[in-house]
Amino acid sequence: MTEIPAGLYFTKSHEWAKIEGEVATLGVSDYAQNELGDITYLELPDPGTTISQGEPLGVIESVKAASDIYSAVSGEIIETNQEVIDSPEFVNSSPYDKAWLVKVRMSDASEVNNLMDSEVYTKFAEEQSGH
Amino acid sequence: MPDPKKTPLSTRHEERGGRMVDFAGWYMPVQFTGIIDEHNTVRTKAGLFDLGHMGQVDVRGKDALAFLQYVTTNDVSTLEPGQAQYSMLLLPTGCPIDDIIVYRRPDGDGFFVVVNASNAERDIAWLREQRANRHDLDINLEDVCDVTGMFAIQGPLAEEILQKITEADLSTVANFSAIETTVDQVPCMVARTGYTGEDGFEIYCPIEQAQALWDKLLEVGADEGIKPIGLGARDTLRLESKMALYGNELSEEITPLEVGLSWAVKFDKGDFIGRDALVEQKSNGIDRRLVGFKMVERGGVPRSHFDVQVDGKTVGFVTSGTSSPTLGENIGLALVDKSVAGIGKPLQIMIRGKAVGAEQIRTPFYKRSN
Repeated sequence: MTEIPAGLYFTKSHEWAKIEGEVATLGVSDYAQNELGDITYLELPDPGTTISQGEPLGVIESVKAASDIYSAVSGEIIETNQEVIDSPEFVNSSPYDKAWLVKVRMSDASEVNNLMDSEVYTKFAEEQSGH
Repeated sequence: MPDPKKTPLSTRHEERGGRMVDFAGWYMPVQFTGIIDEHNTVRTKAGLFDLGHMGQVDVRGKDALAFLQYVTTNDVSTLEPGQAQYSMLLLPTGCPIDDIIVYRRPDGDGFFVVVNASNAERDIAWLREQRANRHDLDINLEDVCDVTGMFAIQGPLAEEILQKITEADLSTVANFSAIETTVDQVPCMVARTGYTGEDGFEIYCPIEQAQALWDKLLEVGADEGIKPIGLGARDTLRLESKMALYGNELSEEITPLEVGLSWAVKFDKGDFIGRDALVEQKSNGIDRRLVGFKMVERGGVPRSHFDVQVDGKTVGFVTSGTSSPTLGENIGLALVDKSVAGIGKPLQIMIRGKAVGAEQIRTPFYKRSN
């Protein structure tokens, strides 16, 4: 069963966001890491980069293939997780904790309304895995 | 698109949580526990592979040998009963339509040809066409894909596990040789062949027995840690061992001489389809080389068809690439201009528009110690 912690927000492309004031921490969901398989490489933007909701944030590569990661929110990157870049397998072992990817100072707090909360995402992920 | 075809083991893969994909028109598992875990299982213990998607053709008749000499590149006349060889079916252009394994049947009665799933239909049509052109010959070609079950057990513990339920003494089976024996009382052809770089066997059985044998091998190998292995690890295992994959290292635009497979092309055996083109290529000089490389800069994993540059100039392309579980490096094979080939020499792999540094290294990337 895929793990979905309460209190997070999710995109349809299976990224998560943890919102604390004006700062969002972003990552990919347990469902995503399970679909992708063994992660071996991450490409993430440096602090200072401006990103937009729904646009590519970076690249994640498994043994098998490369995929885009999409940003759950718009704003400016204030921190990039160097540890997960050095140890991309954290995405598999700890997708919501050690494998946070970036912290973003959000430019539009209302964008959260475009995301799913944990409850809605749980149903969404169930439907997806039914296919 | 029609629904992908199922092997006798498709249900088993679903039960085991295999991630199923459509591969070459077949419903196959790409992974079970994870590619790296499965890869390491084969390198250190034993893995079981469903090869029900692969194709098989029986070639019998008085002129079977002459026919196979003409349609394949290797020298079939050297095969003793039970011996196998790697070979190719070439077009007149000298480029392969497939790479294959040719077995001389252990009882000496004809040959058994194993072809890739993705090319099986075309190969069989091609062989029939060639057969029709040689109506003077006594040849019986039989497509036995639908009645043949095929799987592989590979890894350092493969022999120990398979021996538990095999009548014959497997230690007497040489590399690239096959015997007729029984496995769990089912008559099988068991060959010491594979596509992983490890010791191991490929097993051919009546298709209706495939599921029971599969279950039995997982059962008797449980203590040794046997696991079912998906296509993902099959690819990383063969790539580390520098075994060619049709569609990657071989295609209708690449000749065997360019990718280091001239050892499987025997010019002195007489005429064969594609021979003239290869003789010409040889005398004109072979301008491309297949080289192995590892990434020496961060920038991603090299993948099939990525451009390869040296000093800003395109010199070739990646045929296969991956994150190597055994080496812990990003590695690949590339077909490049011979002028840039050489161990230690640099290449730049174009990954998402950026030139990322790589260095040519010795292949195979992995070779087992025993």
